[in-house]
Amino acid sequence: MVMLSPPRLFFIVWFALWLAGCDSGAGRAVTVEFWAMGQEGEQVKALLPEFERRHPGIRVRVQQIPWSAAHEKLLTAYAGDAMPDAFQLGNTWIPEFIALRAIEPMDQRLRDWPEAALTDYFPGILATNRLAGQTFALPWYVDTRLFFYRDDLLAAAGFPEPPVTWDGWLRAMATLKAQSGEKRYAILLPIDEWQLPVILALQRGATLLRDRDQYGNFRDPRFRDAFTFYLNLFARGLAPPVGNSQMANLYREFASGTFAIYVSGPWNIGEFGRRLPAALQPHWSTAPLPSFSDASLPPPGERLEARAVGVSLAGGASLALSRNSPRREAAWLLLEFLAKPEQQARFYQLTGDLPARQSAWNHPSLTDNRHAQAFREQLQHLRATPPIPEWERIASRIAYYAELAIRQELSADEALAALDRDVDRILEKRRWLLSRGLAP
Amino acid sequence: MTGQERHVARSARVFLAPALLLIAVFFFLPVLAALLLSFTDFDIYALGDLDRLRFVGLRNYLDLLQSPLFWTALGNTFYFVVVGGPLSVAVSLGAALLVNAPLIRFPGFFRAAFFLPVVTTLVAVAVVWRYLYHPHYGLLNYGLGLFGIDPIDWLGDPVWAMPAIILMAVWKNFGFNMIIFIAGLQNIPPSLYEAARIDGASGWRQFRHITLPLLGPTFLFVALMTMIGYFQVFAEPYVMTQGGPANRTLSVVLLMYEEGFRWWNMGYASAAAFVLFVLILAGTTLQLQLRRREPP
Repeated sequence: MVMLSPPRLFFIVWFALWLAGCDSGAGRAVTVEFWAMGQEGEQVKALLPEFERRHPGIRVRVQQIPWSAAHEKLLTAYAGDAMPDAFQLGNTWIPEFIALRAIEPMDQRLRDWPEAALTDYFPGILATNRLAGQTFALPWYVDTRLFFYRDDLLAAAGFPEPPVTWDGWLRAMATLKAQSGEKRYAILLPIDEWQLPVILALQRGATLLRDRDQYGNFRDPRFRDAFTFYLNLFARGLAPPVGNSQMANLYREFASGTFAIYVSGPWNIGEFGRRLPAALQPHWSTAPLPSFSDASLPPPGERLEARAVGVSLAGGASLALSRNSPRREAAWLLLEFLAKPEQQARFYQLTGDLPARQSAWNHPSLTDNRHAQAFREQLQHLRATPPIPEWERIASRIAYYAELAIRQELSADEALAALDRDVDRILEKRRWLLSRGLAP
Repeated sequence: MTGQERHVARSARVFLAPALLLIAVFFFLPVLAALLLSFTDFDIYALGDLDRLRFVGLRNYLDLLQSPLFWTALGNTFYFVVVGGPLSVAVSLGAALLVNAPLIRFPGFFRAAFFLPVVTTLVAVAVVWRYLYHPHYGLLNYGLGLFGIDPIDWLGDPVWAMPAIILMAVWKNFGFNMIIFIAGLQNIPPSLYEAARIDGASGWRQFRHITLPLLGPTFLFVALMTMIGYFQVFAEPYVMTQGGPANRTLSVVLLMYEEGFRWWNMGYASAAAFVLFVLILAGTTLQLQLRRREPP
């Protein structure tokens, strides 16, 4: 090891400090701190050189955060006053960050936008980014749930077209189950998820909470109907009573025909394409969810687009501005850039995330994808979950009681009564805040 | 006190000060803050605006004691401690005796091999064990199948999930206690065994009357540490089952984590932490009392 004499060491330290000083003094550009999750955080970097070319005064530093830690990290950053200037967030988190007063409304800035730009967003998705007449975030990409199904198995059972009503759906599943063996099922619905029972309830017209979202409304007959319909899928053996962790290899099970229908989101378009064997590729399709009643069905022979579609959940991720950031102007330019249809289309090509703006869907890469088309249709028929910070917690209680009811440890009525009781307790703080005028 | 003694005392204080300061700042202060937090309803609303914080007295504790979820978690934790703890100690002792036996070849290799799971990342272990536990393709069910036993859905069946977690935890952790037992065993003078053999004592009686009594202090240490550690079970269910199926593997610490960092109910989570602290303290005291009452 080379020993440095004290004067030489002193010189080196001084020189290093001088260089460091130079560096910070030279950079006149504004650096926008941008947090994005998972693969979005990785892929968005490919879009940024173009942004920095258009805005020479702005540099973007992307911090990539794994999805599993993202929510926690954002909250901790908020608590520690270390928020980024702009960030991605799941759109179900928006009410929470509004309650925290962590994000800045963007209505003032949106006023400069052409009217067409906002109407270009899927309305159901845009609604989840708004609260009390203010817009708090811009949808980045969208996510909803619909059918992934084996069209060969459905056709063999006598159903060449996907079902459009609950009745037709039930008939198709019963036939599938009757024709297949004991270890085979019509549909896979992981019992530890809340999404499908909630979707069915929304299709049935239930409102999940009542009185300005202050109390649970799960004993309402419409929710109860949807819930018993859901439980019956398991009681009749149409769906296996298994949770997510028990499905070690979903794709293999789908390929081998263990189940013919699966309710899932856009990320599985890519996964199914990659993981299913080549021979199976022509035999799987996507379809919008069926609707509860057939009253709105078009006469036979009408175009497929005009048929009844059951609602699904408005999911996805949005981009928001941090309220306390001194670089909101620059960060807004970044958000505007990422919202442009051509960037949305490029982002889809990079990630497979479906664009939030409808004009981006006219890009050939999307019109050519036959599995994405059902999503385009479904995205016109969305319902949002209640826009309150407590929702995720309530959702986890729904999943919990649904699982107990499926396992027949509780009856449907007991489960729903317990659910209402738990939810009323969760919402106690909200009631207190509303009574004092402290809630947003 | 002479001048000399005063001088020594002052130097001692000066030398102790940094350590005490660190303990105060990084241990007592947070614990005190958590205790105060447990009397409030600190949550996401309060994080945004402290006007929305309420002092609720003992309500978090009362809610906790009335919450079926907490009792489920407590029951699961006791299950884990009562079944997993003794099992883990027994397996460690057995492994230590085997590795320490004079007939064994390559004791160093076995020591290292048995210790390996302790230093392996739990997440990696969990991935492998999930395969072992797989209901259709898992090695465990394949082995059972050879004996004509129907496959068990280890992680998905509410009855089997906890035993599955215990099995994995014991396998993962027994190596640590084994090392301590080996150290204890090697401290027993061989002359005692020689004397016993001359008196014609069987192997079992040697174990019963020499090994076990002389391992007493080691035993106490191992039992205490295992109990404390097992009460705080978190990582195993967190990575293997997330508390499922139907909350059958939800532990108190996992509940605390969920309440605190998933739902941001810091007040409630802090209350759970203090209840767990009291329980562990009680368990430890009880064990020490039992040990003291035993004749030496």
